[in-house]
Amino acid sequence: MAYALQQLINGLTLGAMYGLIAIGYTMVYGIIGMINFAHGDIFMVSAFIAVTCFTLLAAADVSSIPLALMFVLVVTIFFTSAYGWAVERVAYRPLRGATRLAPLISAIGMSIFLQNTVQLTQGARVKPIPPVIEGGIEVWNTADFAVQIGWSQLLIIVTTVVLMVAFNWMISHTAFGRQQRSCEQDRTMAALLGVNVDRTISLTFMLGAALAAVAGVMVTVYYGVVDFFIGFLAGIKAFTAAVLGGIGSLPGAMLGGLLIGLIESFWAAYLWAEYKDVATFGILCLVLMLRPSGLLGRPEVEKV
Amino acid sequence: MMLTMTGVHAHYGHIHALRGIDVEVQVGEIVTLIGANGAGKSTLMMSLFGNPRASAGQIVFDGEDITRLPTHEIALRGISLVPEGRRVFPRMTVIENLQMGANFSAPDNFEADAARVFAMFPILDERQSQRAGTLSGGEQQMLAIGRALMSRPKLLLLDEPSLGLAPIYIRRIFQIVRELNRDHGMTILLVEQNANQALKVAHRGYVLQHGGITIAGSGEELLASPEVRAAYLEGGHA
Repeated sequence: MAYALQQLINGLTLGAMYGLIAIGYTMVYGIIGMINFAHGDIFMVSAFIAVTCFTLLAAADVSSIPLALMFVLVVTIFFTSAYGWAVERVAYRPLRGATRLAPLISAIGMSIFLQNTVQLTQGARVKPIPPVIEGGIEVWNTADFAVQIGWSQLLIIVTTVVLMVAFNWMISHTAFGRQQRSCEQDRTMAALLGVNVDRTISLTFMLGAALAAVAGVMVTVYYGVVDFFIGFLAGIKAFTAAVLGGIGSLPGAMLGGLLIGLIESFWAAYLWAEYKDVATFGILCLVLMLRPSGLLGRPEVEKV
Repeated sequence: MMLTMTGVHAHYGHIHALRGIDVEVQVGEIVTLIGANGAGKSTLMMSLFGNPRASAGQIVFDGEDITRLPTHEIALRGISLVPEGRRVFPRMTVIENLQMGANFSAPDNFEADAARVFAMFPILDERQSQRAGTLSGGEQQMLAIGRALMSRPKLLLLDEPSLGLAPIYIRRIFQIVRELNRDHGMTILLVEQNANQALKVAHRGYVLQHGGITIAGSGEELLASPEVRAAYLEGGHA
């Protein structure tokens, strides 16, 4: 029982990060109908930016952890959004109006490009940082197992919940959110009402990248190591989360991320840890076969 | 002059859809475009927004050359379109659709402008928080008109507003067109298959055929013209 509770905490932490990345997939799919396969690598780039920041801060001898975290978060979000903007501008916008397959291939190219750039400039070896947040609270202590929630885990879960609530509110209640949704539903009509569609798409990419950047900082803090290949697996898992929740659905991406995180944790704890990735991809296959519109997605066919 | 199109050509893919269009709309006028399916009526309206972009010719709106402006910039100059097929945002509520229409007008005007739309179409008031996709065709048409009015446009474009609607809605919509023009001085460009009704409300009209203007004149002149009668009024479209 105590062991299961620990897995629940671990799964929620993992799921929070997948959920944040999954939002980027689902929003971009919603607005331009493509899977941005470079999104996982945007996440990877953000983790490297975070590592660089932490290293700089350590060199500068900054000792206040909250201050350091805030600084890293702001800088990482800023630069990662710029990456998100640039990727759309360079790789996808020129292909608007081309066949659906073209931007998809461009996305895979972008993904390879980002991985290789980071590998060449940062090296192929894992980059560690000294632990930023240590310790935690012991929630429950039985005879043979102590359930612990780490401060970093708590921080990750709370930040994610706050961000998701705020983000959902922004999309459903602000003028920008309405414009964003109008572009999803009918781009031509949105332009006819004065919405700058290109700018809205750019902002969508930047927002997706910003959330991935938060996940990137979290991964750095939580695991303490990054390498140029983490974007691939994290990206595919977040993509699975978005599909499981219903691609195009914002709450779906959040729910999907959480479920994938939990499934992965419990699978690794009770079945075979070495096959935990298989679990995720098995789910992807099952969802695509049995319920392609996902848990909260709407069916493809729509009566207008 | 509100709108002047001079020698406008436009292409839809490989189709040469507009072949040298000259159309003028004066301030305070209702002008109608009539013509058969595929004559280029909707293309003409969309070409005002650069979608498709005019490949030759010039479009001047309210003294400004808008031929090369981006679509959203043209909309912000004060042209509102009620498009063919209504194109309300199906997964937004009625009120959100109206907010979309008012996106770029002063926020202080919203309450008053929405109240005006609700006074015009009380059914929309009742359905404020209902998703637009669940409205009937006639209600969606009303919403599309209301949305277009929310930006307080200088020029209102209506593309086939009576298409597919029950007669009761058709009457109401022509009545609204007349009221908007008479009581609010709204300048209106109206595309209609329902040539008889359209010519009756319009000050002037143009007949569009194969992407070109073939006849132009006042509403009464066109109604009385034998060619127009034969082609558009007695040929089953009435």
